[in-house]
Amino acid sequence: MTGGSTTGDDGATAPSSGLHEERAAWPLWEVFVRSSRGLSHVHAGSLHAPDAEMAVRNARDLYTRRNEGVSLWVVPASAIITSDPDAKDAFFESPQGKDYRHATYYTKSEGVKHL
Amino acid sequence: MSEANASATRITPGNALRPEDIALQDAKPADAVARYALGLGDDALILAQRLGWWISRAPELEEDVALANIALDEIGHARSFLTYAGRAWDKTEDDLAYFRREPEFRSVHLVEQPNGDFARTIARQFVVALYQWELYSRLVHSSDPTLAAIAAKAVKEVDYHRDHATQWVLRLALGTEESRRRMIAGLRLTWPYVEELFTDYPLIDEVGDAGVRPSELRESFDSAVRTVLTEAELEVPAVPGAVGGGRLGRHSEHLGYLLAEMQVLAREHPGASW
Amino acid sequence: MTATAIDTRADHDAAGEKVFNDIIARDSRIEPRDWMPADYRKSLTRQISQHAHSEIIGMQPEANWITRAPSLKRKAVLMAKVQDEAGHGLYLYSAAETLGTPREKMTEDLIAGKARYSSIFNYPVLTWADIGAIGWLVDGAAICNQVPLCRASYGPYGRAMVRICKEESFHQRQGFEILLELANGTPEQRAMAQDAVNRWYAPSLMMFGPPDEDSPNSQKSMEWNIKRFSNDELRSRFVGMMVEQIKVLGLDLPDKDVRFDEGTGRWQYGPLDWNEFKEVLAGRGPCNAQRLERRREAHEEGAWVRDAASAYAARQAAKPTTTKAA
Repeated sequence: MTGGSTTGDDGATAPSSGLHEERAAWPLWEVFVRSSRGLSHVHAGSLHAPDAEMAVRNARDLYTRRNEGVSLWVVPASAIITSDPDAKDAFFESPQGKDYRHATYYTKSEGVKHL
Repeated sequence: MSEANASATRITPGNALRPEDIALQDAKPADAVARYALGLGDDALILAQRLGWWISRAPELEEDVALANIALDEIGHARSFLTYAGRAWDKTEDDLAYFRREPEFRSVHLVEQPNGDFARTIARQFVVALYQWELYSRLVHSSDPTLAAIAAKAVKEVDYHRDHATQWVLRLALGTEESRRRMIAGLRLTWPYVEELFTDYPLIDEVGDAGVRPSELRESFDSAVRTVLTEAELEVPAVPGAVGGGRLGRHSEHLGYLLAEMQVLAREHPGASW
Repeated sequence: MTATAIDTRADHDAAGEKVFNDIIARDSRIEPRDWMPADYRKSLTRQISQHAHSEIIGMQPEANWITRAPSLKRKAVLMAKVQDEAGHGLYLYSAAETLGTPREKMTEDLIAGKARYSSIFNYPVLTWADIGAIGWLVDGAAICNQVPLCRASYGPYGRAMVRICKEESFHQRQGFEILLELANGTPEQRAMAQDAVNRWYAPSLMMFGPPDEDSPNSQKSMEWNIKRFSNDELRSRFVGMMVEQIKVLGLDLPDKDVRFDEGTGRWQYGPLDWNEFKEVLAGRGPCNAQRLERRREAHEEGAWVRDAASAYAARQAAKPTTTKAA
């Protein structure tokens, strides 16, 4: 990079060299893209950005380069709460055996029009 | 001329207007309009050439992507303007980009300025984007339908460039001591080349309603600059304006090197197609 | 508990291991919060981060020609392609991050010379035709490698690869068209094209990795459904495609041993210089030092910018955000 020499900033030092070691990287954001009006936002991926304003701009540049979206959500990755994968059985088993929630459970009405 | 107009207006302003479409249409600009378009095209081309350097060198990968997007927008505008200008003289965009000599370019000195560090690039970007936005948002009313159509697409893209530069001016100015110092230095190095952007040149009288008079943009530009710099707790740099002349073919020392690099391969193989 | 928090429970989790093995046996997908063997995590982190590094280092040889591209259309295409590579690097770093290693750490390993990337990017890009050859041969080989990775057992990796493969289809075509234009151009252009193919052919074949008998990690990787085909299998498939495509270019492959072997059903090719491969991998290629230096420079000289943005964000954090989800 030619920055230093052209700006006369050669030899510039960080304001506090002590900060260098514990420098915090930009946080991670999850990106959700609405591909067209009427559809939900769908998770597209993630990126790093210093704040929400830059995150939504970086998301625009990174995830909609090919007309993939009409709207974006960015969410700090740390704000997303996940269901516990260990509790998979207990958490997701309840709907099993409740076939009556599905239309296919009701066979006697088969063949009746507009039903 | 009505035939030409009909052809140009087939493209709905704002829809993706590609240089390929312009090359195919019947509209041929008047000589003055072509020379005017050449200046705008050269600005965009030289800026894209400068910005392209950053790709693979930006401060963070996300910024590589952002700067590349801006460079791609600018090269798109350059291709449209140059293609249209070239129709007046039976030249292609590449004839104009690669086989003109330095004094035949009509770019302003601002876009020729070196990238410097990221702050200097952002300072240049801030000025260019604000200027281009003021310009294109008026050029959409050009009496020349093709220029109006090119501007209609460009103004939306440049609006984003304006936003990008503004975000970075704020962050660098109000970030750390070092970034603030660099941002101030970047603006100071950039400001001498602001005046040329708003200086009327003889061609403007010939272009008439097809073009936009640079001096008319100054007030809105200044006000937009003040808004951002106030938020960034910065002053407008108090530096004298440099004598310009880019629109007349008198350039900064930087342009020669830039053109040498840009044109080297094409000139090694005159007449070749790529 | 967050989406990206990493499970640090003991590796010897019998119940977890059973679930993991069942998922692999069903050819289903492992997701970040699932239990996984330490080796699986380690091996994936290595593979995905190397892949990401390759995209990022791979920007450089092509970016060098952005300023010299011989037509404005080619300049725009090349910018878009190099930009895509940054994007692909980002997708892959994100996938690797879900395994628990932050991007910052991966970048530091890269610039410290502790991480690997595809050795092909340590060869110099000498002429414009090289840009064509890279698109056609290098991206072609990469696509051959990557398409099966879309089905990799690790969900985030597979999803990143789906996106990358979709976007990359234009990369190989633009390279092919550069070569086609040159091959049909002036005698100098044609010679430039043939020279580029001559130089990039063998390195592109070596991109598939060492011969199967010398590829110790492959077996495990295949058991885990990360890798689906062996190095030699993919290499031979690639040669078969190139044999047909070079005819359209009207150029020659620099390999007189190429032939289809009816017995094995595979394409055969001439001997490859694996010694050179190892040398380049070990850091003794023509451009290793240059590529790392440029990456290091961009990263270190960008530090003040990243710091400024972080400091600004911290300052603004107290203020309420104005853009709400809708």
